[in-house]
Amino acid sequence: MRKHTMGLLAIAAASSLVLSACGGAEPGEPTGDDTAAAGGGETIRIGIKYDQPGLGLQEGDTFTGFDTDVARYVADKLGYAEDQIEWVETISANRETALQNDEVDMIFATYSINDERKELIDFAGPYFVAGQDLLVSVDNTDITGPEDLEGKNLCSVTGSTSAENIKAEYAEGVQLVERPGYADCATALASGAVDAVTTDDIILAGLAAAEENAGKFKVVGNPFSEERYGVGLPDGSTDTCEEVNAAITEMIEDGTWEELVTANTEGTGYVPNDELNPPTPDECE
Amino acid sequence: MTASVLFDTSGPRARARARVGNIVSALAVLAGLCWVAYVLYTKGQFAPSLWQNAVSAEAWQFYYLPGLQNTLRSALFATVGAVVFGIVFGVGRLSQIRAVRWFSGVIVEFFRAVPVLLMMIFFYMFFSAQAQWIADRPFAAVVVALVLYNGSVIAELVRAGVGNLPKGQGEAGLSIGLTPGQTLRSVQLPQALVAMLPAMVSQLVVVLKDSALGQIILYPELLRSAQILSSKEQNPLQALVVVAIVFIVINWLLTVLAHRLARLLSSRTAGATIEGTGIGNPAAVAGGPIGGGPGPGSGIGGG
Amino acid sequence: MDDLLAGFAELFAQYDVLAAFWVNIQLTFWAAILSLVLGTVLALMRISPIASLQWAGTAYVTIFRNTPLTIILTFTYLVVFAQLGIALSDDLNATFFWYAVIGLAVYHAAFVCEAIRSGVNTVPVGQAEAARAIGLSFLPAASMVILPQAFRGAIAPLGNTLIALLKNSTVAVAASVANETSSLMRTMIEFRPDLMVAIFLLFAIGYVILVIPIGLTTTWLSTKLAVKR
Repeated sequence: MRKHTMGLLAIAAASSLVLSACGGAEPGEPTGDDTAAAGGGETIRIGIKYDQPGLGLQEGDTFTGFDTDVARYVADKLGYAEDQIEWVETISANRETALQNDEVDMIFATYSINDERKELIDFAGPYFVAGQDLLVSVDNTDITGPEDLEGKNLCSVTGSTSAENIKAEYAEGVQLVERPGYADCATALASGAVDAVTTDDIILAGLAAAEENAGKFKVVGNPFSEERYGVGLPDGSTDTCEEVNAAITEMIEDGTWEELVTANTEGTGYVPNDELNPPTPDECE
Repeated sequence: MTASVLFDTSGPRARARARVGNIVSALAVLAGLCWVAYVLYTKGQFAPSLWQNAVSAEAWQFYYLPGLQNTLRSALFATVGAVVFGIVFGVGRLSQIRAVRWFSGVIVEFFRAVPVLLMMIFFYMFFSAQAQWIADRPFAAVVVALVLYNGSVIAELVRAGVGNLPKGQGEAGLSIGLTPGQTLRSVQLPQALVAMLPAMVSQLVVVLKDSALGQIILYPELLRSAQILSSKEQNPLQALVVVAIVFIVINWLLTVLAHRLARLLSSRTAGATIEGTGIGNPAAVAGGPIGGGPGPGSGIGGG
Repeated sequence: MDDLLAGFAELFAQYDVLAAFWVNIQLTFWAAILSLVLGTVLALMRISPIASLQWAGTAYVTIFRNTPLTIILTFTYLVVFAQLGIALSDDLNATFFWYAVIGLAVYHAAFVCEAIRSGVNTVPVGQAEAARAIGLSFLPAASMVILPQAFRGAIAPLGNTLIALLKNSTVAVAASVANETSSLMRTMIEFRPDLMVAIFLLFAIGYVILVIPIGLTTTWLSTKLAVKR
């Protein structure tokens, strides 16, 4: 019977060999080879959203959107060619932890600068100023601002505070739906199961302009907050912050900023608030 | 078994009644489905582009297949880990030393009681904060959570597998002068492992299904990649249908394999093979008052 | 140690852990009742004389046993809520709660069905023959002779299914139930990452406390109610 045990052990050993041979797969990397080393000067790890049309979206094996374009420009100025960028998915809920735990070197992911976050991490920028707004069905005329949401169903993504802000400040009787992604919100909005979707206006514009949603939704256009998108950096990166700010200033001055905004909001009818845009980067701390 | 003792082969009248019943219930089910389909149609969910984008070559190449690869990778690592964990602690529970028995018992009972999702969320956050040398922390969290839970289930399978062997096997080992430990290792365990093999394949189904929870901690497995695809194509429903079908087909094939194995291997062990139920703890099923070998009444179930 | 206690006092003041467990217990309770009914019907279908019913029962079990629960619960949102628009209550939270109950019941009914079938297999053929001999047809024979004994034989696997159901109720987060234990544990850890291990142990021990009595009760019941043969 000893032979039996050995046979089973051999099977287990063989299968672990086979297992270690098949490495992990990044979405959009069908070959699945992990060449990127952690840290080091060779590559830069940039955290982005993978699921926001117009800002950070995985399309096949590439990433598109305003955030990713700005990231490419800044990385280039810091001396990283596009093939040296390692994209990492960061969702709203885990951005601070991703920086604190050295999972990424910087984050371009609709990341609003605020004091609470500044205690944990550093920000460069802002490179864009958005505002919280509402997305409604194209023929909806009752909802013109957050106060109209009393008794209505409002969808947002898990881990974002935008919906709770509305409940706390504008409409106590609003009913909240939290889903893992905006696509879940958009289908419910299209069918009428929810009355509105809330987050920053530029994200909503991207959602409304996605091919399958064309002509179905409109952004209310009455932003009720100021979201200054910054570049998230680990705590104590003053030098990097200066470099990133220099790159952002250059991007705005040489006309690239304008170009990228236009290219990424094309067809959405979205115009950034020109009193606040383009912004001037804050002093680094 | 083709005919059951619970009823006679139907006569012409019963057959006619059954036919009417079939037609009526088929119509009722069909009407329900039609209503659902109609509502989905009016909401535009049958738009061809939504479905085309959910099954396009690009969707498979860049989303489903890398996702499936990650799902299978986590499931296979977790299964191998769970088998090792299960054998170690299953043998621990059969140990001669009381402290080892007691310790293994506490570990097994604890990890069987804690929801896998809680473990995944905890280990993900714990590794992120305390174990940054782990390169792929979501993967590690998924695998560790699955190993701890499924390993505990397998530990119980090992115990039941040994317990289900005829007493004579252990006595024979002792009577030829083997120590109890040697008897366990060379006589009982090998047969118990063979008996457990089908249950382990069934457990693989549990592992595969639970690996989909990795989506919640952003492990880029099949379900998560479908979510990202649907952000691009705005077709969450359609992408989810595709993913559900992939899971059902793979798990169904594994269930069939487990069934075949159980029959094939029943001649290779003195105990009864354990097939597993695909949920909770198959060992208790095998070790409880039922399923402890083919009972006198195992024919009633029929088809 | 004082720090830990103070931290816990603060956490308990801010978050209602017992309320979160209560949500999971309620989810489990209602889903258990529904899945027991549905699973019994499915088991009857699978042992019934009518081929189409057998087929339907088998198809149901094959499909739902092999689908991840997360996917089933996501379907309740994407289809039942977002498309069919079936509101089970004026309150959205209650609606999502009942979706989760239904999703959990639909999934676990497949396992209840298999548990009862395994119970049916413990009933000796003689019982069925005796029932037939006194002139009972299928339904009376099944409901008066076979099932009562089958349930007794199925208590251990049914208990395991109940334990699995309790633990799986944490997945209700996929059906948009936002106030159950897994979401609360996550929020609490994000709020006090320094107490991470203690918070996890708190929730884990909560489940151990809930699971162990179920396990002990079913073991006790299955020996007490076992049909002496």
